[in-house]
Amino acid sequence: SVNPDLASERQTASFSVEKLTALLDGGTEQTRIRRAVVEAIESDPVFSRENQYFQTQNERYEAAVRKAVHLQKKMHEMGWTENGPEYKYIYRALSGDVAFLLHRVFMRSISVLGSDKQVAKWIPLATQHKLIGSYAQTELGHGTYLQGLETTAVFDAATQEFILNTPKISAMKWWPGDMGRSATHTVVFAQLYIHGKCYGIHPFIVQIRSLQDHSLCPGITAGDIGPKMNFEHIDNGYLLLKNVRIPRENMLSKFCEVRPDGTYVRQGSQQINYFTMTTVRISLISDEVLTPLMKACTIAIRYSVVRRQSKLKPGEQEAKILDYQTQQEKLLPQLAAAYAFHFINDYLQELFNRGYKEIQRKNFDMLPELHALSSGFKAVITQHCTAGVEICLRACGGHGYSLLSGLPSLYTKILASCIYEGENTILLLQTARFLIKCFMAANAGQPVPPSVTYLAAVKHGKCPAKNKLDFLSPDIYTEAYQHVAVRLTSSTAAKLQDLIQSGVKKHDAWNQCTVQLVQAAKVSKIYLLI
Amino acid sequence: AAAMSVNADLRRERAAATFQPELLTHILDGGPERTRRRKEIEALVLNDPDFQHEDLNFLSRSQRYEQAIRKSSLMVMKLREYGIADPEEIYWFKSFVHRGRPEPLDLHLGMFLPTLLTQATPEQQDRFFMPAWNLEIIGTYAQTEMGHGTHLRGLETTATYDPSTQEFILNSPTVTSIKWWPGGLGKTSNHAIVLAQLYTQGQCKGLHAFIVPIRQLGTHEPLPGITVGDIGPKFGYDEMDNGYLKMDNFRIPRENMLMKYAQVEPDGTYVKPVSDKLTYGTMVFIRSLIVGDSARSLSRACTIAIRYSAVRHQSELKPGEPEPQILDYQTQQYKLFPLLATAYAFHFVGAYIKDTYHRISGDISTGDLSELPELHALTAGLKAFTSWTANAGIEECRMACGGHGYSRCSGIPDIYVTFTPSCTYEGENTVMMLQTARFLMKSYSQVTSGQQVTGMVSYLNDLSRQRIQPQHVAARTVTVRINDPTSLVEAYKSRAARLVESAAKNLQAELNHRRSKEDAWNRTSVDLVRASEAHCHYVIVKLFTAKLAEVADAAVHAVLTDLCLLYALFGISRNTGDFLQAGILTSAQITQVNQRVKELLAVIRPNAVALVDSFDFHDVHLGSVLGRYDGNVYENMFEWAKKSPLNKTQVHESFHKHLKPMQAKL
Repeated sequence: SVNPDLASERQTASFSVEKLTALLDGGTEQTRIRRAVVEAIESDPVFSRENQYFQTQNERYEAAVRKAVHLQKKMHEMGWTENGPEYKYIYRALSGDVAFLLHRVFMRSISVLGSDKQVAKWIPLATQHKLIGSYAQTELGHGTYLQGLETTAVFDAATQEFILNTPKISAMKWWPGDMGRSATHTVVFAQLYIHGKCYGIHPFIVQIRSLQDHSLCPGITAGDIGPKMNFEHIDNGYLLLKNVRIPRENMLSKFCEVRPDGTYVRQGSQQINYFTMTTVRISLISDEVLTPLMKACTIAIRYSVVRRQSKLKPGEQEAKILDYQTQQEKLLPQLAAAYAFHFINDYLQELFNRGYKEIQRKNFDMLPELHALSSGFKAVITQHCTAGVEICLRACGGHGYSLLSGLPSLYTKILASCIYEGENTILLLQTARFLIKCFMAANAGQPVPPSVTYLAAVKHGKCPAKNKLDFLSPDIYTEAYQHVAVRLTSSTAAKLQDLIQSGVKKHDAWNQCTVQLVQAAKVSKIYLLI
Repeated sequence: AAAMSVNADLRRERAAATFQPELLTHILDGGPERTRRRKEIEALVLNDPDFQHEDLNFLSRSQRYEQAIRKSSLMVMKLREYGIADPEEIYWFKSFVHRGRPEPLDLHLGMFLPTLLTQATPEQQDRFFMPAWNLEIIGTYAQTEMGHGTHLRGLETTATYDPSTQEFILNSPTVTSIKWWPGGLGKTSNHAIVLAQLYTQGQCKGLHAFIVPIRQLGTHEPLPGITVGDIGPKFGYDEMDNGYLKMDNFRIPRENMLMKYAQVEPDGTYVKPVSDKLTYGTMVFIRSLIVGDSARSLSRACTIAIRYSAVRHQSELKPGEPEPQILDYQTQQYKLFPLLATAYAFHFVGAYIKDTYHRISGDISTGDLSELPELHALTAGLKAFTSWTANAGIEECRMACGGHGYSRCSGIPDIYVTFTPSCTYEGENTVMMLQTARFLMKSYSQVTSGQQVTGMVSYLNDLSRQRIQPQHVAARTVTVRINDPTSLVEAYKSRAARLVESAAKNLQAELNHRRSKEDAWNRTSVDLVRASEAHCHYVIVKLFTAKLAEVADAAVHAVLTDLCLLYALFGISRNTGDFLQAGILTSAQITQVNQRVKELLAVIRPNAVALVDSFDFHDVHLGSVLGRYDGNVYENMFEWAKKSPLNKTQVHESFHKHLKPMQAKL
């Protein structure tokens, strides 16, 4: 039976939990589908996570592969498809504890960057899992700054091949998921050279393991990069290429092509390509960032009503720790943030769906704004949620430290989101660049995108709130946040200009203002959130 | 990867430093002689082949426990062989053997033996001490229960005296009363000092300590009536067998209650202890260790992040130039340098508490314990303040290392998971902050009732003088000079006074609403924690500033002054609301503070690597590929990765078991 301390809490709630759940899911039908998926997965012993905390890295990896293989069967059995309404709940129900996640990224990059011919060749093979794909961008010495990648792909017109090489140790591909043990193919990002001239970073499909016995292909050195804070079930890998030859047709060529004679041809706009990266940042928020914070809040708040410690009133029994003001101050703001982020995420998804339609119609007007929004919100939300999960962890005292609490693994997993898909500080600086540009434009009376029109509307008024109840009025606090957002942007812009006018070079001035720029970018997103 | 030369970036950094790192190392160690001795002990351990083993990151928990036990047993023998007996030297030896990690004998050496010394009668010492010293008896200290932690009076384990057999009957009456968490309890110990509610002649006499055998000497099998085991995997502490213990009508002789103070006579008569003030002393000592540990753990993380930031090149600062060291980015400096300053501040705070403790415990024998309550209250808050800050700081260092910080080879994940429990153990931090707040409120009410207070809270005396004027303490004008540490100490003092006063007034307001004392306290506790934090922050800035006066070497003095200013100004810029609200600083001054912080980042930049070199962590102790002294990071990451368990075979067994069958079917 349910613990009486929890049962009593449920009796005093002033609203219908079912209604709020439906609101979060986007309707009762969605809730029903989600629960059906969760039920199907949780009742299947192959997907059990019961012993995960006792397993070694090897066992975790093997279980993830087993689950990935079983999932194919399960989907077939249940009639779930990749385009069906159930699909988005599967990953959540599995808590992400499944292999071949990069396989999907491999497929997406071919769909987006590949020519029709390439799509027709590779996608069916990947869909049937005849090959397992990965996505190799990051190198040992290079992360967010793509131009710095060192892997080379040299075109050899004589054989109509590209020759791929890892010229030095820092150029080794490092971190790609599924690459250490699982993948047979990967999309490698490399500097393209034709006749001695560098054409910048391009994607190439490279086979790394045999389709027969899974042994490494000639010229390939690959393996697992070793234990991490989490993702023990994923074989993040390294890849060293030594004179690996691939046919000319393996360069993904929707936007750029190398003709047989070595002529380099650029075709179409690459902007949609950037947009894909942008959407990844938004799509990860729900499963990778919000769900862990919601789980952490659930664990910490439930535990705080069954855990009794010390006394609030002499002679009475020990109090639920949730009745301590200090415990409430730790947990309730995290709970509020989880809801706030949920709603902003809904808003962003809708905005990006709209943006996607526009871009498909070759209207790229929204692109800079969408890019700034996705970078800024990704950074602000991942940072806030990561901190929130850690607060929940520590709020559970000693027992929170046991793996059994579930909190350590939630924390070590969510914190990776601050780095992957763009390191947060760098993303905030990209947002700041957009803000400063818009601020200048607004000041010069030029039109600016809708999300930053507030930059033009500078108000100098004082906050009109007189008593604490006034602060419950949305207008008051929204305006206060707007004021801070405008002030930080304008003061940083002014500082930048001062420095440049006093003779400091533009890039030095920028570096000297980056601490302020990061703060301005953060506040601009928090204002929108509020 | 052996015998590589030092990375060129690091060589340049070291050549550009404006001071001699060894001199600063001497200050941290407490003199050149202490440094020499520390290195001597370090060499004893590091050159000893018995203490070598495979990288722990690749071992299972069971293997790690086994390695730790093996090393601990050797360590005890070797300490005696070398005649190392000074507590600090033992601490060094142990932390080199275990590389800063916990080990299964921690509780035996750190709690079981000392408790015997302080709380056992001479007869009990005869019976237990020498066997324990020789590890025939291995003991732990079983206090925490599954349902009870910091609030000791809530413990449920019972020890009921049976005069007919002259025994105590120990019981774990509920699930929540099972002893849970004690280190070394799960698999290592054959004895435990158990804290239990004493019942004699039908009455509960409160918590007392009992020596309880739990495993058979020789076979190591659990004794009848005892259920004991490991509590399972944790965030960290893999080599520690934190355990559970359940007792069912388990009988121990009357003589096994620790009876130096309280006693139970054969007929069951209870004799009360004289005074319990002495236990304050132990708590102060352990908290001083945690403050020192906060400093060391944060220093290790800073060393790794700063060295790595000097060898990692990314992106571009100037168009067309090569990728710069990431340490040249202002945002990176802003993440790391305030933490570096914090690590130094905490080192000095830890040393201060330890010295003060030794001075006062000298007084304990002569009977002057007047300073103990304040020190006890102060160390509670400082333990919480420093461990919270270091906990967050270690994570910031890891984040500053980007993706590679997430790999276990960076060493920072390990520092974090090993350190983070200190926010909870030896008193949960929020509870600790509220203990300090209780002392602050007591001092405040003394001052308002016309008495003087002394020590670190003496600034509250100014409140009574202020009272003559209509304005409250916060409104008094302080001319803050932002480049003068002593002036910044005054600013922090005013902030502490204001937050203490404001918490006290809010508490009074709640009481005026006819709330009970406890309820009013609870409704003010967020303010009370803030007041304690402000008080601790003031103490730290004050101690750091005071330390500057002791530094003779001009170059070292200059660089420590920069760090001290950065620590103080960064704290202001992170808490501007307090300083503005109290009228301590104007809005224009805050802008200057923010600007000055950024200038200091540039000032400290050339000395950053030398400042972490001064912490003088040996690579083995640092345990980080990213933080290696020679900076040869990438080559060694590759070497490390090759040893990953997943790389044992070229084709993983899952291919044959799962992948191939699937592909065959599709």
